[in-house]
Amino acid sequence: MTNSLGRADFDVIAGWVRPGEKVLDLGCGDGSLLKQLIAERGVRGWGVDIEDSNVLATMKNGINVIQSDLEQGLAGFADAAFDLVVLSRTLQTVRHTQGILIEMLRVGREAVVSFPNFAYWKNRMAILNGRMPVSEDLPYQWFDTPNVRFFTLLDFETLCDEMGIIRRERQVLDEKGNLVTEEPNFLGSLAVYRIGRG
Amino acid sequence: MTKEKSGVGPVVAQRAHFAAPLKLRSGGVVPAYDLVFETYGTLNAAKSNAILVCHALSGNHHVAGHYADDPGSLGWWDNIIGPGRPLDTDRFFVVGVNNLGGCHGSTGPSSINPATGKPWGADFPLMAVIDWVQAQARLADRLGIDAWAAVIGGSLGGMQALRWTITYPERIRHALVIAAAPKLTAENIAFNEVARQAILTDPEFHGGHFYEHGVKPVRGLRLARMLGHITYLSDDQMAEKFGRRLRHGKFSYDYDVEFEVESYLRYQGDKFAGYFDANTYLLMTKALDYFDPAREDDGDLTATLARTKAGFLVVSFTTDWRFSPARSKEIVHALLANGRDVSYAEIDLNSGHDSFLMADPQYHAIIDAYLKNVTL
Repeated sequence: MTNSLGRADFDVIAGWVRPGEKVLDLGCGDGSLLKQLIAERGVRGWGVDIEDSNVLATMKNGINVIQSDLEQGLAGFADAAFDLVVLSRTLQTVRHTQGILIEMLRVGREAVVSFPNFAYWKNRMAILNGRMPVSEDLPYQWFDTPNVRFFTLLDFETLCDEMGIIRRERQVLDEKGNLVTEEPNFLGSLAVYRIGRG
Repeated sequence: MTKEKSGVGPVVAQRAHFAAPLKLRSGGVVPAYDLVFETYGTLNAAKSNAILVCHALSGNHHVAGHYADDPGSLGWWDNIIGPGRPLDTDRFFVVGVNNLGGCHGSTGPSSINPATGKPWGADFPLMAVIDWVQAQARLADRLGIDAWAAVIGGSLGGMQALRWTITYPERIRHALVIAAAPKLTAENIAFNEVARQAILTDPEFHGGHFYEHGVKPVRGLRLARMLGHITYLSDDQMAEKFGRRLRHGKFSYDYDVEFEVESYLRYQGDKFAGYFDANTYLLMTKALDYFDPAREDDGDLTATLARTKAGFLVVSFTTDWRFSPARSKEIVHALLANGRDVSYAEIDLNSGHDSFLMADPQYHAIIDAYLKNVTL
């Protein structure tokens, strides 16, 4: 799900990694995030994607890539093999939400998830006006969206609490990629969380 | 595009003699031996651009190009090697070698045993993948190649590439392990055993010394190959290729060829039995069965692959049930657990195990992209 518009959350993630750390990027697209993290932060990176075109694009970028279906989980990946497991703008497309979160924190010491905030004020407006929201961070029409889960910052935080997942850091961005500090569940379009095992 | 079509052109096989004995995994020794090999492209001054292509059960050193006197003699993996192809001979120096124990010119069971003056036959020692890798390493020495830029192989060839990374971690920078497995399953060994029994019980096998009797265990070898072929294809592909089509449009109620698939298998069996050596076939299937590098670490593949230093590309094919994607993933996950550089592609192709020989665009693009990132 990483696309050319999604660089603001990449910058947030870049701020959370240290040189030499091993990063697994789930749904890595063409490997742009890992390319940035390797170039700017000196991490070691592996991408995971199911699409042939993405696997090829990532490989052309010189980034390690594993062709695998996230809906099948991360079976076979060894426990704690990575420092950080990233799921960028993809959690909302995964049917087994809790399963993937558990798997990410099994395989990685920590995880980063970013997702569009359904409670962003423009999305609320769209609903009030009787239409499903279409925005920078929710760019699809209701009939062709790959998104299967629609949730908000509060929803996600509640789920983390229920699952005993620790939220270590949170950054919230507006549609232009600027940091949101007040009323994040209302003013934030995209949320980025760093989470760990409880 | 014309460049892509031209391939490497006419090629010549070479021969290297090795006078020093080779100690084998089995405890046996090959006192002296020859390896036949071919090369394509030019070895650079730093000798850093060499790729070794390892062959599978029925392959040999003639990987690409054709012999000047026979335009039809195209190498078995010609579609991937040549100027502008994934194994780009404008950039790489590609080496194909017939493994020890083979039947295409390298020393093997049909060669003369210097101790007896007769063909080795069944007395030729059984080979393990590690023995082939040792012999290949001596060929690399001979060619002045300290480290391969890459070793690539499909099936049993992929096992050799994997073995290189464990046995000679300093001498291989990249391994391309295609349609392979870290070890065979019981089912896979079972298929090999049926193939072997077909040969071993052929009355013309003569305990492996059939050469002296002027005969060949053609029936056994033919059956072995027919069985093998079934396992190299996929159900879908066979349905597509043959379905239930009849040779003569109706049943003839006898045991002649009726279904097209029978015709295909008989043709493949006959062709193979005509040129391949039965002892080599037996030895190759045993090398497959024995391969299990993690055995040295009580079955812990992650511990075994901790000794590797190479970068890896692992490729499997969705319809390959003889060497299924799940087996390739075992290699991938053991490498990931060690933090190794590894990429894995699962190619959606319907040709079963034989997919690794096909010129599929995605498959070849993956190999091409990987090798383009290999520094010389």
